[in-house]
Amino acid sequence: MTTPDTVSATVDVTRDLTGDLAVDLTADPIRAVLTHYVLGLADDALILAQRLGELVTRAPQIEEDIALANIALDLLGQARTLLGHAGEIEGAGRDEDDLAFLRDEREFRNVQLVEIPGGDFAVTMARQLIFAGYQYELYRGLVGSADPTLAGLAAKAVKEVAYHRDHARQWVLRLGDGTEESHRRMQAGLDSTWPYVDELFESGPGPGLALLDGIAVDPTSLRPAWESFVGDVIGEATLTTPQPIWRARGGRTGYHTEHLGHLLPEMQYLHRAHPGASW
Amino acid sequence: MTIPDPAPPARRGWPLWEVFVRARRGLSHQHVGSLHAPDAAMALRNARDVYTRRGEGVSIWVVPSSAVTASSPDEKDPFFDPAMDKAYRHPSFYDVPEGVSHL
Repeated sequence: MTTPDTVSATVDVTRDLTGDLAVDLTADPIRAVLTHYVLGLADDALILAQRLGELVTRAPQIEEDIALANIALDLLGQARTLLGHAGEIEGAGRDEDDLAFLRDEREFRNVQLVEIPGGDFAVTMARQLIFAGYQYELYRGLVGSADPTLAGLAAKAVKEVAYHRDHARQWVLRLGDGTEESHRRMQAGLDSTWPYVDELFESGPGPGLALLDGIAVDPTSLRPAWESFVGDVIGEATLTTPQPIWRARGGRTGYHTEHLGHLLPEMQYLHRAHPGASW
Repeated sequence: MTIPDPAPPARRGWPLWEVFVRARRGLSHQHVGSLHAPDAAMALRNARDVYTRRGEGVSIWVVPSSAVTASSPDEKDPFFDPAMDKAYRHPSFYDVPEGVSHL
């Protein structure tokens, strides 16, 4: 990595697309963009798995504790496949552990939605509704990918995510259309997470996904189906779709909230303190 | 002095459900345990997460525990003792023909 970690007014496409990756955007653009793309999907799943894992022993009910841990483990499984695949495409000999545990904050390409703290249970459910709704459409699209690893993962993961989405839907319905207090909290949960929605549906910088026709799914194409599903849930839950006055951006290019910097040490500590540790 | 209730209000408010899981087609649903859930739909989902994490089932029933009528331990003798000495009720007085499996 040669570029200093300063936020520049002019976006350096090469830096944003490949950054620390060992692929040359000019010499091998498709491989570079694909590595970046797969790493983005992987980091979304990995960081959200870590956030949900924080709720183990802290969920409101033991049954919910297990449900959230199950969802976290599904995401971790997806992250492992995707990280390993990203490492293979990059071709620099990095495996899933290297990518999960030995990258720094600026090298992660997850959207900011997955890294913000879970807040109360309603915030966590708002994020689950947004993210599982997005991931469901994403994997449904990737089932037809020309990349067999992505297609295979998507075919398996779409079933997992269908459950995550339903789980979030059930809770948003009950909290939104529950008591006065649960309604207030659920609406507050939606309000605090909605500024992070737009970032999910961005195509990214530079030539980007146009190079990956038939391999990747353009996130902008997922938005109508997502809006239809989420809008129905919000309406049925007697809640209101927020109209945020600001929006998050930059996660896919390594610009993160201050929260990721606190999450990573906890996630990476063991591997960094005891490299190569195994059970 | 009032004795504090050990169960928090939320926990108290969630009814108990009995969970039955069918391991595979052709078998009957077996009771596997119980759990708390706010309603039937959530009970079904909780049961999926708590009792079928390792591929234990293809179908789940949940029944409100309050809907179960149970025999009383006090009635154990009249209920069950009379069956104890009636060995002729067991299908053990004829030979199983050779080649018959799964009997």
